[in-house]
Parts: sequence; C-alpha cells; structure tokens
Amino acid sequence: MTIEQLTQAIYVVSAALFILALKFMSEVRTARWGNWAGVLGMVLAVGGTLLRPEIIDYRWIAAALVIGSIIGAPMGLLMPMTAVPQRTALSHAFGALAAGLVGTAEFYLRGGALDAFSMGVLCLEVLLGYLTFTGSLLAFAKLQELIPTRPIVYPGRNYISLSVLGIAVLSGLYLVVNRGPAEVFGLLVGAALLFGVLLILPIGGADMPTVIAILNSYAGLSSAFMGFLLDNRLLIVAGALDGSSGLILSILMCKAMNRSFTNVLFGAFGQVRVSEAEKGRTVQAYTPQDAAAVLEMARSVVIVTGYGMAAAQAQHAVKELGDLLMGRGVDVKYAIHPVAGRMPGHMNVLLAEAGVPYDLLYEMDQINPLFPETDVALVVGANDITNPAARTKPDSPIYGMPILDVDKAKTVIFIKRGLGPGFAGIDNELFYLPQTMMVFGDAKKVVTEIIAALKG
Amino acid sequence: MTEQVDILTNLFVFVLASFLGLELIRHVSRLLHTPLMSLTNAISAIAIVGSLLLTGQRHDDLSVALGAVAVAASMTNIVGGFLITERILRMFRGRERR
Repeated sequence: MTIEQLTQAIYVVSAALFILALKFMSEVRTARWGNWAGVLGMVLAVGGTLLRPEIIDYRWIAAALVIGSIIGAPMGLLMPMTAVPQRTALSHAFGALAAGLVGTAEFYLRGGALDAFSMGVLCLEVLLGYLTFTGSLLAFAKLQELIPTRPIVYPGRNYISLSVLGIAVLSGLYLVVNRGPAEVFGLLVGAALLFGVLLILPIGGADMPTVIAILNSYAGLSSAFMGFLLDNRLLIVAGALDGSSGLILSILMCKAMNRSFTNVLFGAFGQVRVSEAEKGRTVQAYTPQDAAAVLEMARSVVIVTGYGMAAAQAQHAVKELGDLLMGRGVDVKYAIHPVAGRMPGHMNVLLAEAGVPYDLLYEMDQINPLFPETDVALVVGANDITNPAARTKPDSPIYGMPILDVDKAKTVIFIKRGLGPGFAGIDNELFYLPQTMMVFGDAKKVVTEIIAALKG
Repeated sequence: MTEQVDILTNLFVFVLASFLGLELIRHVSRLLHTPLMSLTNAISAIAIVGSLLLTGQRHDDLSVALGAVAVAASMTNIVGGFLITERILRMFRGRERR
C-alpha cells in the first residue's frame, strides 16, 4: 500500500466519522458521542494529510497549529453561554478566511495552468470564503454590540449590494475565460469582501439566527469548492454536509418567522418605526409582589423566554423561580419559540446551563394546545414571538408568523424593561389585554424580587 | 478524458453528501441546534487539509505565509468549536439524572 492509498483510506474513515457525528447529534442521548466522532474524524484528516509526501516542511505547520490552539482553546472554554452566538459568528469568520487564503494562493501559484472548471470552482471558493469572512466579522460585531444591532440602512442599498455582487460574478466569469490577470482576481477578492459587509449591515439583531445559519452554509460550501479544486473528496463530503446543515437551519428559521430568504436578507426588517395609530391605550403596570401573589394561586405555569433573558443574564434566576414553584406542586413548563434568541437553539442552551432539565422544555407545536388550560404564562424577555397581531391583524408586518399563544392563558405576566416596541418595531397587542399584567424592570431583578416575595 | 471523469465523480460525491446532510440534519432535535451549529462549524474547518498542503509544500514565502495563517485560522476553529460543543452538551440533563 502506497502512502497515497493509505492517506485516501484514512480520508474515507474520516468522512464516515463526520457523517456519524451528525447522525449521533440527532438525539441528546448520543450527542456527545457525535462530538467525539467529529474530533476523531478531524484528527484523522489532519494526521492523514501530514503523512502525504508532498509535505516537506513541518516547521510553519507546527507553529500555526500551536497558535491556532492557543487562540481557539479560550474561545471554547471561557466564553460565557450567553456569548455563544457571537463566538459562532467569529469562528465562521476564521474558517472562511482559511478557505479564501488557500484559494488566493492556489490562484497565484497555478492560476494560468488551471482548466476552466478548476478556475470556476476556485472563484466560487474565494467568493464565498471572503464574503463569509467579512460578513461573519460584522455579524460578530453586531452580536457583541460593538456596532448598533439595528439594521443600518441607506438609500438604494439593495442596488449597491447587488452591483457589488455583480462585479464579483463578472470578474469570476472573466477569469474562467481568460485564466487571469491577477488584477481581475484582486477585483473579485475586493468585491467579495465588500459584499460580505453590505450583506450584513441592513440585518437586525433578531434576524441573526437565520443569518448565522446562512453563513455556516457558505463556510461549508467554500470548503467543498476547495475540495473540487484540490481533487480531495474528504473536503467535498465535509463541506457538503456543512452546507446542507446551514441550509436546513436557515430554512427552519425562515419558516418560524413566516418570511422568505430574500425578505430576511434584503428586507431590512425591524427598522424602528414610529407607531402611528392606537396611541392613548394604557397598560396595567404591576409590581413583582403582585406577580408573586398571582403565581402563588396558580396550579400551572408556562415560562416563555426570549433574548431579553440572555441580555439580563436572568437564566439562573428564572430556573430558581421555576424550581420554587415546582416545589410547591405547581406544574411548570418552559416554552421555546424556534427563533427566540440570537441563534438556533439559543434558549435551550441557556436554560440547560442554568440546570433546567431538557424534558421540561416544550417546542411551540407541543405547548400551544396547552395554553388554554394554563393559569399563568410568564414571559421573560420575549416580545414579538408572543404578539397575537401575528394571528389577527393582516396589516401587521409580523402577520402569519407562528407565535406562542400566551394570550390564551388565564393570566399573562409580562416582564419587560420598558414600554418600547419589540424588534419588529411594532406594538404588542398582548400588553393591552385585560388578563395581562405588565411588570417593568430588568428581567433578573424582577424575577429575583418575585422569588423573594414568594418566599417571604 | 480521465479529468472529465474525475470532475463527474466529484460532483457525484458532492450531490450525494448534500442529500445525506439534508436527511441527517432534518432529524436533529431543535433542542440541539446550537451545539449542532458549533459542531458543523468545527467540521467546516476541514479547510485545514488544503491549508496544510499549501504550507508544507513550501513553494515560496508568500504561499507559506498564506498557508500558515490559514492553518492557524482553521485550527482556532477546530479547537474552539469542539471544546464549546462538548461544554454545551455536558449541560443537557434530563430530569431522571438530576
């Protein structure tokens, strides 16, 4: 068996392990095996590659592996769970940068000698790599609130973005026909970097779950195109798996908001609008002690969480309140909307971190039929995903979006920082319903006060 | 001719892997979407294979520099991605095991 055959055999095992990793990931019981299968697959991929005879110098490789581990380990070990969305975005940026740089080097090493197909996949790899790089960096900056999370809009933005993308595509086509020159390649790289920025600027915080999933998909596809270029099927398989994973997640997110891809990417949803009509309606503000008195009488409580819980770091207080109620024989459930938070599954992770057992977490389809029999729906840091206007008002921007039917519960306790509109920039009908008790204040502070009142 | 066959085989692999990915991910519980994403994020750093080849072949200084940065970037992704996935998954507990 030659070294080349040995490497290929290792690659086959590695690809199978990546497939198994995703397979194991489908259930909580086996999910940790899934991660370890992924680790093993990656170790084999790296090890198999290092065996290859083309590699003649290991010094720079060793140095780069050490530097990468030094940066990566704290990113994995020290990041607080509330920061997982921004960590994921930053990590997408790193992976995509690697693909972009390899494509750049391949162009300049053997650009003239490539056939049309290889040049085409090289251009796709570079385009996706660099646009994911800057797009993910910008998504990171927004999630970390280094720049405003609201959509940043300017007149004619969609024409400008599409023109930049057009320049990138035309440069790519020119390169496929002519295999050069380097200046056109530079134009392609520049346009891709700029397009990544333009793509993310008009996207608001609450659309981040979809966008992160799309960037995940692009990073995978970029690796797959690198596989075509290098004639390496392990890269093709792993890249295709990631590409389809990101695609499925972004489709699920779009469905959960009843919006299309184009609407998320180009709709600049969530600009703060001046709410015209329906002023003069009043809400009923209550104290945490009032809320505690209502909870004291309840036999069933459904807790609905949203991004506000993450922002206030209130997950531990929420869990304490849930446990306290359960200790008193109250039936407590947690309801999770698919797009709550800043990335798919964000709320599940935060509640798990606080120690809420996952069998108390209910998905939207499971919990909605149970709201009419629920005494109290307690909403902590969620807004648009509870707005009944999505069911009843055809002129509302969120009309048609599947929501958690908290308005059907006998009482709604709604903890909210202030009376400002939600992400969609619209008023929440729920606030004005007779059964709704608004409790204003920081989520963590209010929940802690409710706990104190219940204990006192 | 052999080159044409290679391209077609690669496309074949790509299409099959994509459909397999769609089927596998469709069955992942919503509960696990965040760790799924950090896992696929780590796997997408498979670009490290291309980066290693580029760095190790030592064509010239520029390609070694680009390659080394790419190796470091993908290694960051691999180490950080797998570690955080493990951390997240360890937090998921059922009621019976408390």
